[in-house]
Amino acid sequence: MTGKMKSLLALGAVALTTAALAWAGAEAQPKAGGAPVPVITKAAKGEHCVEDTAYMRRNHMKLLLVHRDRTVLQGIRTPKHSLKGCIDCHASEATGSVASAKEDFCVSCHSYAAVKIDCFDCHSTKPQRTTAMNPSHPHAASVSANVEEMAGVSR
Amino acid sequence: MNELNTMTEQAPHSPERRRFVGAAAAVAGLAVVPGVMLYEVADARPEDQPASSAVRWGMLVDATRCASGCSDCVTACSTENGWTPVAQSEHPRQAPQWIRKLQLEDPLTQAQINLPMLCQHCAEPPCVDVCPTGASFKRADGIVLVNRHTCIGCRYCMMACPYKARSLVHEPLNDTQKPDVPRGMGCVEACTFCVQKIDRGDGTTACAEACAAAGHNAILFGDLNDPESEISKRLRELPTKQVRADLKLNLGVRYHGI
Repeated sequence: MTGKMKSLLALGAVALTTAALAWAGAEAQPKAGGAPVPVITKAAKGEHCVEDTAYMRRNHMKLLLVHRDRTVLQGIRTPKHSLKGCIDCHASEATGSVASAKEDFCVSCHSYAAVKIDCFDCHSTKPQRTTAMNPSHPHAASVSANVEEMAGVSR
Repeated sequence: MNELNTMTEQAPHSPERRRFVGAAAAVAGLAVVPGVMLYEVADARPEDQPASSAVRWGMLVDATRCASGCSDCVTACSTENGWTPVAQSEHPRQAPQWIRKLQLEDPLTQAQINLPMLCQHCAEPPCVDVCPTGASFKRADGIVLVNRHTCIGCRYCMMACPYKARSLVHEPLNDTQKPDVPRGMGCVEACTFCVQKIDRGDGTTACAEACAAAGHNAILFGDLNDPESEISKRLRELPTKQVRADLKLNLGVRYHGI
């Protein structure tokens, strides 16, 4: 009787440990000293960033600030140092966005650093898929699937 | 018309530039269709160069060709710039509207006039005069814009605009914006003359393209400072009016047939 109880208990303990390990494995966020460390996924496109990684980590906001004024006030839309350029390369493959899931490129670091950004109140978090299509355009039929998809997104 | 001539004198093309443009057009013309290439050479600006005051973008609306019941320009604008058409909006009375179709009727004769109304891109814009933060500004090439990074949403410009051209975004847009056209809650916005297309070198706007595609050709877009541009030629030939010309704002949008 006691032998059976012991073996049952042991079985239960094993099951619990396995479940706990499986749960811990599901938590993809790596941790350092108990605090979650940001997930930095390598950019889907391109070999390397427009500047050194270390420089970008410290100074991307300054580059974006300068470029934003040049774009808005003067109409200079070069892709280097533009937010659109960042998004084009760094959008996650899973969500297609830099800021819609908590592991997406921008959100992951910014939530770790507790820096709230309002870029995406106005800017799209997704790269441009197709150019805007006029429904009456002669080629509209061939890309109707894309247009519908975009219409769905815009609603 | 007088204002236009004055402006051309203020910003003349240097003879060197003329020669260069001519030569470039000739070379390009050998390669492809001459007319098309000429047009592109005249409008293209290198990607890394700022907008220049040598150009003043403007629009000629021929109200005699604007069809009753057609709103292709409005649809094209909403598609290009990502704003929800007013009819589909949950709150139509406060929905942003960058361009709208108007139908005017003379009460005595019942004669009807159709025209699109949009930001008139004034040379002396009242919205810029009143903006307390400097967010409302006129770009070097004459396009009147809102810098959303400095706009505080006070709506003073909306009150100053005689054309009711500006709207405030009242509700969050939840990542439905177009990558080229950032817009957001709490900021004022209006027609930008499709500035993203201009900077790309398209040299036209979504509404003008849609109007041409519909076969009406009521909207002509181009450079008012270039005496050889299609719009300058048409403005020389046709009698045109500025809406509320009494305000002397020197508008970028001119109407024929009103």
